[in-house]
Amino acid sequence: MTTSNESAAAGTIDAPRGGGGREMLHIADLRAWYGETVALQKIDLEVREGEVVCLLGRNGAGKTTTLRAIVGLMARRQGTIRLQGRPTEGLAPEAIARLGVAWCPEERGIFASLSTEENLLLPPVLHPGGLSVAEIYQLFPNLHTRRHSPGTRLSGGEQQMLAIARILRTGARLLLLDEPTEGLAPVIVQKIGQTIRLLRERGWTVLMVEQNFRFASRLADRFYVVEEGHVAGHFRQDELAARRHEVEALLGL
Amino acid sequence: MDTVFGIPTAALVGQLMVGLINGSFYALMSLGLSIIFGLLHVVNFAHGAQYMLGAFVAWALLQYLGLGYWWALLIAPVVVGCFGLVFERLFLRRLYALDHVYALLLTFGVALLMEGGFRLQFGVSGQPYPNPLSGGLDVGVTFLPMYRVWVILAALAMCLATWFFIEKTRLGGYLRAANENAPLMRTFGINVPRMLMLTYGLGVGLAGFSGVMAAPIYQVSPLMGSNLIIVVFAVVVIGGMGSIMGSIVTGFALGAIEGLTKLIYPDGAGVVIFVVMILVLAVRPHGLFGRAH
Repeated sequence: MTTSNESAAAGTIDAPRGGGGREMLHIADLRAWYGETVALQKIDLEVREGEVVCLLGRNGAGKTTTLRAIVGLMARRQGTIRLQGRPTEGLAPEAIARLGVAWCPEERGIFASLSTEENLLLPPVLHPGGLSVAEIYQLFPNLHTRRHSPGTRLSGGEQQMLAIARILRTGARLLLLDEPTEGLAPVIVQKIGQTIRLLRERGWTVLMVEQNFRFASRLADRFYVVEEGHVAGHFRQDELAARRHEVEALLGL
Repeated sequence: MDTVFGIPTAALVGQLMVGLINGSFYALMSLGLSIIFGLLHVVNFAHGAQYMLGAFVAWALLQYLGLGYWWALLIAPVVVGCFGLVFERLFLRRLYALDHVYALLLTFGVALLMEGGFRLQFGVSGQPYPNPLSGGLDVGVTFLPMYRVWVILAALAMCLATWFFIEKTRLGGYLRAANENAPLMRTFGINVPRMLMLTYGLGVGLAGFSGVMAAPIYQVSPLMGSNLIIVVFAVVVIGGMGSIMGSIVTGFALGAIEGLTKLIYPDGAGVVIFVVMILVLAVRPHGLFGRAH
C-alpha cells in the first residue's frame, strides 16, 4: 500500500531545517486504547528543538490521541514517550507538564466561569523563559481589549488566540496544538500562521495536528501522516515538490 | 403594630428568627454539599454524619479537655475536615473511575457506620451542651436570644467567606476551572487530585462547623444529622447542585419560608420545602441557580 512505513518507523530522520537541535520529543512503538478499543497501533515520531512538525491524516486516524498520550491523558498506553530525554512512563499529567510541554486541545478548553484575563493567567508559570503578560497582550491586542469579557463570549478566533496565548506564559518550550485553525476565517488563519512562525523564531518547538494541508504545508518543517493508529508516511518541507504524487496519495487528495 | 396580616408581630418575628436559624444550617450544609458535588461529582451522603461528628467533637472537647464553645468552633471543623481528607485519600479516590453511584453508596455506608457507632456508645437521647452566649436583644416587639443572633450572623459570615474564597481567590479559580475541565487543568501542571482531597476536606469541615453551632441549640445526638440531611438535600436540589450562591440564598430563604409556614399553616411546615422542591423541579430541573452538567 504505502512505501514510506519503513523509513518513518526506523526513526532515521534527516536533520531538519530550523532545528538540528536536541531531541524535544521522542515517541517509539506507542500503543494506546480507549477502554477495549485500540486507538493507536504503533506510533513512532521525533521532534527536535525549534521545529514545527505537523501530524496529518483523516478524522479518527489517531492524531489527537497521540497528543493526549504525550500529555498523559491516555489511561491505557504502552511504548516509549520521552520529553527532552526524560521518559514519561507512569507519570501523572501534572508531572508531565513540569517537563516543559503544554497542550492546546481541539476544543480549546476556554473556561466559561472565568474572564479572558483569568483564563490567560490560569496556567501557572512552571519554567522561566515564557512570555510575560505584557508581551502576550502585545502579540494579541484584541485579547487585551476583551480581557474582562467572560471567556466564552469571545469569537472563535479570539478563543483560539487565548488558548495558544495562555500556554505561552507557562515556560513550556514544546507546544502541542490540536487543529489550531479549525473553523476559523482566513484572516485569523493567517494570523495564527504568523504567530506560529514567530514562536519558531523565538525558539519554541511546535507539534501540531492540522487538517488544513494548505495552511500546514507552508508552515511546518516536517510532516507525519497518521492512518489508523500508525505512521503511514513522513516527509520534509523541502521534499513536498519532489514527492508530490506520493503525498497526495497518502492524504487522499 | 401588634399584628401583621392578623398574625401577632411578636410571633412573626419569633418564627422568622427560628426560620433563619434553620436556614443558617440549611445554607451551611448545602454549601458544603454543593462544593463537594461541584468538583468531585459525589453526593456526600455522609454529610449529616459529619455534622453530627462536629457536634460530638465539641461535646468531647468540653467533657474531656474542658475546652469550651469558642475553642470547639476552631478545633472541631479542623478535626472533622481532617477525617474528610483521610477518607477521600484512602477510600473515595478509588471510586472516581467508576459510576458515580459507587461513591454515593460508600458515603451512605460511612454515614450508617458512624451513626451506628455513636448510637451504640451514646444511645439515641441527646447530650446537652451549654449555651455560650446567654442573654438577648430586646427589639421592642420581641426578645431575640443572643446565641441565635450569633448563629445567623456567623453562618452568614462563613457562607460569604466561602463564596469569596471560591469566586475571588486564585485557588478558588482553580477549583471553578477544575469543575469545568479537570484533565486540562492537570496538563497545566495543577495537582487536581490534591485539590479534590482538599475540597472534600473543606466541604466536610463546613459540616463540622455547622455541628458545633448546632450543639447549644439542638441536643448533641447521633441522629441529629440524619434528621437534617434529607431537608438539606431538598435545599440543594432546589438551589442547584454545584451553585455556591444558590446554596446560600436558597438555604436561608427556605428556612424563612418554613418558619413562616409554621405560623400560617402549621401542618404544612414539615413538608413545605419538599413541595417547593417538586414545583421547582417541574419548572427548572437544574434548580433555581443551577447550570446543566
